[in-house]
Amino acid sequence: MTVYKLDVELNDLKLELLKMFRFVEEMIEQSIKALLERDEELAKKVYEADTFVDQAELDIERHCMKIMLKMQPVAKDFRDVSTVLKVITDIERIGDQASDIAGIVPQISDNKVGCEKTHLPEMGRLAVEMVRDSVNSFIRQDVELAEKTIKADDIMDSKFEEVKQELINEIKENSAIADDAIMFMMIVKYLERIGDHAVNVCEWTDYNNSGEHRKF
Amino acid sequence: MEYGQNISVKHADLYYGDFHALKDISLEIPSKLITAFIGPSGCGKSTLLKCFNRMNDLVEGCKITGEFKIGDIDIYQSADVNALRKNVGMVFQKPNPFPMSVYDNIAYGPRTFGIKKRSELDEIVERSLKQAAMWDELKDRLGKSALGLSGGQQQRLCIARSLAINPKILLMDEPTSALDPISTGKIEELCNELKHDMTIVIVTHNMQQATRISDKTGFFLLGDLIEFGDTDQIFSSPKEEQTERYITGRFG
Repeated sequence: MTVYKLDVELNDLKLELLKMFRFVEEMIEQSIKALLERDEELAKKVYEADTFVDQAELDIERHCMKIMLKMQPVAKDFRDVSTVLKVITDIERIGDQASDIAGIVPQISDNKVGCEKTHLPEMGRLAVEMVRDSVNSFIRQDVELAEKTIKADDIMDSKFEEVKQELINEIKENSAIADDAIMFMMIVKYLERIGDHAVNVCEWTDYNNSGEHRKF
Repeated sequence: MEYGQNISVKHADLYYGDFHALKDISLEIPSKLITAFIGPSGCGKSTLLKCFNRMNDLVEGCKITGEFKIGDIDIYQSADVNALRKNVGMVFQKPNPFPMSVYDNIAYGPRTFGIKKRSELDEIVERSLKQAAMWDELKDRLGKSALGLSGGQQQRLCIARSLAINPKILLMDEPTSALDPISTGKIEELCNELKHDMTIVIVTHNMQQATRISDKTGFFLLGDLIEFGDTDQIFSSPKEEQTERYITGRFG
């Protein structure tokens, strides 16, 4: 069977994308670990790792442009390249959010707030899972997995609302923890936004597969 | 009865002797848009194009069935082929100017249809060359031989010659395949201008050209019309796998 040059290029592009995805996935995991363990050194590493994600976005963008310029892809090939171009913006934002979480670690005290023991680790796991499933749905062209991941965002949203309420109550009960609570409020908002970006990736996967922009 | 600007084909079959060149083709070509026919060599796209002004009539052993309508006129039932060709102009792959002056090339058609008055012919020549965006290039060379023009100029002259008889539909059979990118660009620009007044059907092997200039695209394979639809749809999300394989270069 003939191996088309464009197939080779698209395959390389997907591998680069996968690498970028795996990297931000680890950034989320490590940022939550650094947060829960108050590990400032690890937090610093995650914070600085964002430059790698920014560079990866630029490299993949350049690769997409090169393919468009030299090979003028059409039909599914065109959808592959345009999906990658759109998806890298979401991954880059996920990287920013993981890095922002890490950036908050040195600013919080050693005192634990309530959500750290309950919903926060769960939201972190869900964020990682949603990002992992979103990339897998694209790489494997698995629309069912994409739909499942989009639905999982409802859980993420309701968790966010629960934590928000918990933090409000905690501040009301003990105003001394207000500074930390506000920081945690930002962290769960970042996790909730990571869920939204994973949804965007899944919506692009669906477009990539069907050629239509469906509403979910 | 006046010729319209839309083309309607219903259950058309064409045979060259025993060879079944077009198989049960049905399609609607809308007026004042550019429709591109694409497909590998021998797929029937040029054959169908030629049906629209009955160019296959003189091909020995050619048998055509089905309905071909331009507006409300069934062109294979109407006996007046001259009137048909006055309304449906054609430009070929290779520029084919007559071995005569630029002026006489343009005036040839109108003269055939009985226009003799010099002032009227002058007006037609100027209008046609302006429509083909060549007036400024050629106004001082009207008496010179058309064969002295460059390939690109000759092809645009042939388009101007088609325009001289005010066609309602312009058929183009790979009009830029022998031209450089600049001449190609000029002809594509010209098509975009002309579609305000007429329907254009273009056969092309250049996928990028089809995406650049056409509104509708039909993909042909071995005499079948595999898919017909909006160009944007065909080149972004074709419905048929054969179309996908052809336009992405994975055919065969």
